[in-house]
Amino acid sequence: MSEALRDQLALLPTYLAAHLQLTLLALLLGTTLSIPLGIWASRRPRAGRVALGAASVLQTIPSLALLAMMVPALAALGRATQASLGVTVPSIGFLPALIGLTLYSILPILQNTVIGIAGVDPAVVEAARAVGMTDRQRLRRVELPLALPVIVAGVRTAAVWVVGLATLSTPVGAPSLGNYIFSGLQTRNFAAVLVGCVAAAALALVLDALVHALEHGVRARRRGVVVAAALVLAALYVHTAATLTAGIVGHAPRAVVIGAKTFTEQYVLSAILADRVAAAGAPVRVVPSLGSTVAFDALRDGTLDCYVDYSGTIWATIMHRTDVPSDRAAVLTEMTQFLRDRAGVTVVAALGFENAYALVMRDDRARAAGVRRISDLVARAPQLTIASDYEFFSRPEWRALSAAYGLHFAAQRSMDPSLMYQAVAAGDVDVASAFSTDGRIAAFDLRVLDDDRGAIPPYDAIVLASARLVRDEPRVVAALTTLAGAIDAETMRRMNAAVDQDARSPEDVAREFLARRDAAGAR
Amino acid sequence: MIVLEQLTKRYGDAVVVDRLSLEVARGELLVLLGGSGSGKTTTLKMINRLVEPSAGRVLIDGADVTAVEPAALRRRIGYAFQQVGLFPHMTVAESVGITPALLGWEAARVAARIDTLLELVELDPATFRDRRPAELSGGQQQRVGVARALAAEPAVLLLDEPFGALDPLTRDRLQQSIISIRTKIGVTIVFVTHDMVEALLLGDRIAVLRDGRLVQLGTPAELLRRPADPYVAQLMETPLRHGRIVDALAGSQQD
Repeated sequence: MSEALRDQLALLPTYLAAHLQLTLLALLLGTTLSIPLGIWASRRPRAGRVALGAASVLQTIPSLALLAMMVPALAALGRATQASLGVTVPSIGFLPALIGLTLYSILPILQNTVIGIAGVDPAVVEAARAVGMTDRQRLRRVELPLALPVIVAGVRTAAVWVVGLATLSTPVGAPSLGNYIFSGLQTRNFAAVLVGCVAAAALALVLDALVHALEHGVRARRRGVVVAAALVLAALYVHTAATLTAGIVGHAPRAVVIGAKTFTEQYVLSAILADRVAAAGAPVRVVPSLGSTVAFDALRDGTLDCYVDYSGTIWATIMHRTDVPSDRAAVLTEMTQFLRDRAGVTVVAALGFENAYALVMRDDRARAAGVRRISDLVARAPQLTIASDYEFFSRPEWRALSAAYGLHFAAQRSMDPSLMYQAVAAGDVDVASAFSTDGRIAAFDLRVLDDDRGAIPPYDAIVLASARLVRDEPRVVAALTTLAGAIDAETMRRMNAAVDQDARSPEDVAREFLARRDAAGAR
Repeated sequence: MIVLEQLTKRYGDAVVVDRLSLEVARGELLVLLGGSGSGKTTTLKMINRLVEPSAGRVLIDGADVTAVEPAALRRRIGYAFQQVGLFPHMTVAESVGITPALLGWEAARVAARIDTLLELVELDPATFRDRRPAELSGGQQQRVGVARALAAEPAVLLLDEPFGALDPLTRDRLQQSIISIRTKIGVTIVFVTHDMVEALLLGDRIAVLRDGRLVQLGTPAELLRRPADPYVAQLMETPLRHGRIVDALAGSQQD
């Protein structure tokens, strides 16, 4: 077994347990909600159609969006309950993932319950009435037993869906097997992706088989099968309940929660932050692979304590500013003030480097076309294709940039950032919106085009801290402050390349950086 | 025993049963005879409230059937119908024992009753007790259906074309079974059929229905001799003509 694979397998118990927890609880909730709802719906055809329609609409919401939407929804709920009851609701992590997955599990179970009951032979229903069963007796003794195989098929469908979808809990801050997949894809660690996918598939098969065995045993009246399957399921549920209560009860010394968005640099930086927090003597927990605005929302409501964001991002997406100032220091000052006054968030340190959006081309192509600056691109753009990550084309920076230069490309393609670099290097697309600290710019021989009109705002990497952290953990904040100016762009690029190109782990790279820094400090 | 008073059922503008009044005497077998759409099944189902009347009422032993909960009423009235509706997930014994179980009989009494009934409908208890409906022939299923209807010793038995889907020989055997069951237990039976021969064979009296109205009520002999209108005459003529044809054929064979 390769070392990379062994490293990944070491994480499996944690991720698998978390994944199982989410899946089982969501299924339990989904089933206990949907079966009664389905029974109710099958008694009232009109209301039933409404319920089924609503569940179908839920299903059409892309799963990642449904989960991600739970974060602002819970944050709003949290603000309301905080104001009225003094109770906070965590907006990232287990809760939004659980709610999203539960909603997703409703449709197959609800639908199959309705179909299963409707599918019972009308003659059998008439006989049940005629022998003197009450509505409730008919349901319990005749309709539910006969609909059971169909209902169970719905539960099995839901189980397989939820296992798969639970991998999307990672971006809302709940650890799952998705951690393997998200971080693996970003850091080009395919051993991780493989372990995540295989484990999720295996889990789906096991759950499906268990539910099937339970139903088959009940139908064939084979007590041994029923007891065995029920015992395994019960054991899984007991394990889930135990870890959950341990999480709630044993929650007393609250860990400092560090967030990371879904790209390599964020993994490295979160590892550096985590190390500093630990060095300051506080327990620490890293929540990786968060969606971009998910991280900020969670920081604002205190579910997250600390993460690294970028001044230009805050400027555009949080402050909703459309002007594009070029003065780094002025942006930092104004943003710091805004965050403190309007969001209760403290800028602890500017790390010393920028990670700005940058338009890149393959160096040989840029050279051949004589393109050095973005201005040079304007005339050629209508024949060219541009690739970007999922966000960029809908961000104000892109509107500002394309307006400032009058850029119109033949086609715009959104894709995963890790694929974007390969696409431009392979010549599949002509231009990409890269990140200026990305190690792949140098590795793939890409040329950064000069922003000669200053249309791209500054993107200073800044360490943000929640109000709670500033209030409760001054030593941690002091430790984080020492990171101010500690990383220059070249250092960050090298660290990113070490992960992306040399397949080293972000933690490893972070450790090396800190060791070197400590050594330099000691001299 | 059973009294129907001005019994009426409307679905929207359609009148399915129209002011039907008749009486069934204790221990009598009354046949409701008519074509499809005559309202015979609807009439039957209003007796045990599978269908609620739009107007009029049903009395059993002088008491209005709406005075008790439908479920409680139906436990006192046996019901068997063409589609049988045996519970596919239950054994024969469980199906037959269902109404006694709902009434809270003791397990031993239920078990004894099941065996008695299976013998009554000419099914060997040891062979059939633990079978599932899927393992039974159509005739056997229908016998189990009748046994289920009789399980809780009802005073009234409602039968809705119970033998309609069976082959002629099986049907004949089951008709004989019904006659023998009647001699063993004095149950009052309302029997719905569209089959004239069956009506003539089984009925103490026959009520002929057409378009939801009672056309004629009388013994088989009265109906044959004095049909009230051309419709009844035509109904009665059919089996007689068939009989003559069969006789003639049989006669010519002997020549």
